[in-house]
Order: sequence, then C-alpha cells, then structure tokens
Amino acid sequence: MNLLRIAIKSARFRRTSLLLTIFTIAISVTLLVGVDKIRKESKSSLLNTVSQTDLIVGARSSPTNLLLYSVFRIGNATNNVTWDTYETIAARDEVAWTIPISLGDSHRGFRVMGTNTDYFEFYKYGDRQPLVLGAGERFEEVYDTVLGADVANELGYSIGDEITIAHGLVSADFAEHDDKPFTVVGIFEKTGTPVDRTVHVSLAGIEAIHVDWQDGGRTGIRLTAEQALQLDLTPTAITAFMVGLENRATTFTVQREINEFQGEPMSAILPGATLAEFWRTISTVEQVLFVISGFVLIVGLLGMLTTILSTLNERRREIAVLRSIGARARHVISLILLETLLVVAAGCVAGVGVLYALMAVARPIVARRTGVNLAMTWLDSTQLSMLLAVIAGAGLVALIPGIVAYRRSIQDGLALKV
Amino acid sequence: MRFRWPGQTEDLLSIDDLRLSAGEHLFVRGASGSGKTTLLNMLAGVHAPTSGVVRLLGTDLAELSTSRRDQFRADHIGVIFQQFNLLPYLSTLENVTLACSFSDRKKARASENADPTATARELLKALNLGEPLHDAAVNKLSVGQQQRVAVARALIGGPEILIADEPTSALDANNRNRFMDLLFREAEAQNCTLIFVSHDPQLADRFDRTIELRTVDDDELGMVS
Repeated sequence: MNLLRIAIKSARFRRTSLLLTIFTIAISVTLLVGVDKIRKESKSSLLNTVSQTDLIVGARSSPTNLLLYSVFRIGNATNNVTWDTYETIAARDEVAWTIPISLGDSHRGFRVMGTNTDYFEFYKYGDRQPLVLGAGERFEEVYDTVLGADVANELGYSIGDEITIAHGLVSADFAEHDDKPFTVVGIFEKTGTPVDRTVHVSLAGIEAIHVDWQDGGRTGIRLTAEQALQLDLTPTAITAFMVGLENRATTFTVQREINEFQGEPMSAILPGATLAEFWRTISTVEQVLFVISGFVLIVGLLGMLTTILSTLNERRREIAVLRSIGARARHVISLILLETLLVVAAGCVAGVGVLYALMAVARPIVARRTGVNLAMTWLDSTQLSMLLAVIAGAGLVALIPGIVAYRRSIQDGLALKV
Repeated sequence: MRFRWPGQTEDLLSIDDLRLSAGEHLFVRGASGSGKTTLLNMLAGVHAPTSGVVRLLGTDLAELSTSRRDQFRADHIGVIFQQFNLLPYLSTLENVTLACSFSDRKKARASENADPTATARELLKALNLGEPLHDAAVNKLSVGQQQRVAVARALIGGPEILIADEPTSALDANNRNRFMDLLFREAEAQNCTLIFVSHDPQLADRFDRTIELRTVDDDELGMVS
C-alpha cells in the first residue's frame, strides 16, 4: 500500500473536520477566481462599449471627458462643434461615415441624444454587433423617437406612446418641451451598453424643440410643433461625432489634422485606447477586491494550518504505529503534505464548481439586467495559475505540521502510552 | 550502555553488558519509570544511547543515519505495543500488510510462497483470526483480537527481532494466556528473537531469560540476571 492510499484512507476517516476545511478553501477559491472573472468580464464589457469607430471628435477637452460624455453620457461637453466644421470633416476623402451626436436634454433621468439615421447603420458595439430594433422602426419624422431597452422597460413605454423631453438634465416643470411631444416609433434590443439608457431622436427634432428657446430659457415667441416644422431645422452645432475611416492606417493622420484644425479647437480620440486608459483609472476598485480575496485565501490557508495542527494530537498514535513499522521522516512529512494537498485540491475543485454553479444561475439574471453575456469559458491561464499557487502555498504551509509531527514522533518514541 | 534525557543529571538507564543470541526469548521486568520503554526505543533505533553501543544483528545502530536506522527497523524488527497497534481506517488485512509497505525486505520475504496478502491471511489464521475478520474494520475487533493482529503485523516478512511492550496489559487472564501461547508458537516458527517487556512477573516462566530493571533511586543501577 502506498503512502497516497494511506493518506486518502486516513483523511476519509477524519472527514468531518476536513470537510469544513475543504469548505473554507472552496469559498476562498470561489472568491479569488470569481473576482478575477468579474474583473475580466467587466473589462471586456467596458472595452466593447463601442466597436468599429475609429475616432470620436468633440470640442477640445481631455480624452476621458470626451469619451465619458459622448459614449457613456456622463458629464457634459465643454463646448460644441459647429455644423460647418462637422460637414467639412465628414466630407474628407478618408472618412467613410460619421455619426453626429447632440446632447443636452433628458427624459425622466435618461439622456436624450440627437443623431441621424447613420447611427442605425454604422454604430457597432461588442464584437462588431450592430444595433437591432426589438420593436418598431427607425425614426423618420422630426417628432419620432427610438428608445433604448432600459428606457422602455423601466418607464413602461411601447410603440405609439408619447413622451415629452425636458430641457437640460434635470426634469422640471418649467423647462419641459411639453409643447412638442415625441412619439415612440422604435425600441432597441438590449445591448449592455449606454445605448440602453438613451432616448434617441433626430437632429431636426432637437432643433425643433429649441427653436423658441435661447440661452436655456424660453423666448417670448411661442411656436407650435407644426409651425416649427416649417423652419429650416438644420442644426448650427452638435456636441460631438463619431468617425469611421475608409482605411484604418490613416487614423493617426486624421486625428492629428482634427487636433490641429484651424477653424475651431477640437479633440479627436481613439475610443479603444481611451477606454483602456479609462479602465486603468477605475480598475483600482477591482484591484482592492482582488487584494481582499487574496487575504481571504490566506485566512483560509491559516485556518487549514490550524485544523491540521490540531488533528496532529489525535494522530499521534497513528504516526507512532507508522514509525514502529519503519516509516521515516519523509514518510511522516509526506503523509501530512499529501493530506493537505488532497484537502486543498478538493477545495479548489469545489470552489471552481461553486463558481460555475453561481455563474450558471447568475447568467440569465445578469444578461437581463445588464445585457452582458457572461461567457461560460473555462478558467484562463491566470486563473489556473492562481489555483496552482494556492496548492503550492498550501504545500509550503503543510511543511510546518509535517515537521512538527515528525519531531513529536521522535519524542514519543515507539511506545506511546495514551 | 547508558541513556540520559538531555538536561537530566542522572542516567535513566545503565546497562553494563547484555547479549542475546538469535532465537532467544528475553523477559524484561521493571516498575514504571525504570526505563523499560527507553530500552526498547533504543533497541528499535528510535533513541540513541548517551554513551555505549547498541549492536543488532552485527550492526552498530550508532553508525547508521537516522533514516537508515528507521529502515533497519522496518526490515529486521517487528514491534507490538501495549494497545492501539492498528490504524483504525484500514482493514485487518491491510493493517498486517502495511508492514511490507515500508520494507522491501519484508515484502520480498512475505512474497516467497504467495503474495503478501495471502501470507497475511495465513498468519492471521495461525493466530486464530478467521477469514470473516480479515476484511472487517479493526474497531469491530475485540482488544484480544486486535493484539493478535498486531502480532501478525510484527511477524509478517520474517523479522529477526520481535519487540513487545506490555502487549498483554489490556487483556484478561484467559486472553493473556492464549495470546502468550500464540505469540510463542509463531515466534518459534519463525525462529525470532523475542524481547518482551512487562511488569507482570507471572509471565516470566515462559522465557529463556529474565532481566530486571531497577529504578534509578536504587543504589545498584542496571539489571540483575
């Protein structure tokens, strides 16, 4: 009979106390690997917010600020881009398509974004996924609106409902564009991106509700919705725009030329690079979580050490018997080591099992709530090396009780009288 | 040969000369604290004497490294304790064959006529432990049965020396006598040198020779033949 079989049988004999240890290790492992998985999922989800867009252009500001307001609808633009400048750049040979973005209004806490139908055509997220209308169609008329999935869901809107848009970002009675209501004509499917929380209207629609406004307040003249339609609703300015290039190789040239544009100060950013930079600033939270789960693991291993040290007392007889039939130091130490490795390996397997069970349960909920599809991928190399590190760490820790057990067995001698 | 625990001022054990010939049966008598167990630990190579020489089968144990001494014990010595000789998580049979796991020599010798498992079954049967008990959990066995399993384990693989430390102290008179009969029969069958420690003088008659260990308080240290 080899040592491994002895270790397995001995461990099974004391399974109650060892099961608790396995449970502790399992929880630590679930936490450690789970945090890593969440970190990677949220990173890829964040980095996939926009796809296929080569440049985002707005009034001169920091790249992160431009990214935040244009993509995440967080914060405000420092300034606008004039329509002429937009048209000049959109007309360049290198430019394949553009999506104008006009922000500044809201509807019951959700941002309103003015754009044109190119948005439906060219906006991509995730892995080059286009926006899909779950119901209805694109906006055509000035007073048409297409809602993000969360907007429709949370506010209970369906096709044909009428909504009013509030001037600015805070809903207030005195600043409602209630004279010019919009009709819901389409609702996007869930994307897991800020699109879900956006109310989309045409640029002409944004223009129409502001024809009788100036500097954030109503002017004396009141124009009805129908009257506004008679006017030229071409905007004079937009907040930002997204650019797709014919050839990616020209990205940096076009970026530089926009940044040095003579007409007005602008910034052009590469969304991928800026998203990655943005991720670095917010990933500290994740890192803190990671450190905490590392500590949980250390506590788990220390708990295991305590358990094993305390079982040594009840194992004195066992070890004395093994010594009497010729077990050497390495046998005694290996026996403790093997048991520890068995326990930790079982803990790792159980922990990973719990993690995947949790993921399987959470998957539909997460998908429904955030649109993020948790990938049921196998552990990646980082996570596997985490598990290996856990097992190696446990092996090191187990040397302590191993040596203690051997030294005690020498003191006890053969004729242990307990 | 002397032995003294580190930090103590008196020798626990002091034996001028003690020789045993192969196959001899020695009874070691002595009150608690007289160093009986220490003597056995030294004979088994677990403790080394403070001064003097312990020579077994022509080998000076002090010349061997710790792990070689352990190996020497595994190969040439069988040990029976007072109680709790068996590993509770192994079956009767596994407890016996366990001795072969640490000694290739014992394993080879137990495999001479059959495989070690069959040899172990034969030994158990010779010690009046029937087949149904062989695969039973050892905690289902009575104390007397457990002690006989311990004898089987000590004897498997034909060690030259058998060391028994009060193996009968947990047995009643009837069981004790049966145990002694079987122990002697099997030890003689294998021509084993037996060193038997006990405080029970009634057992001494069965042995070729008796020595008595006296406590350190006595003026006359050591042993009397």
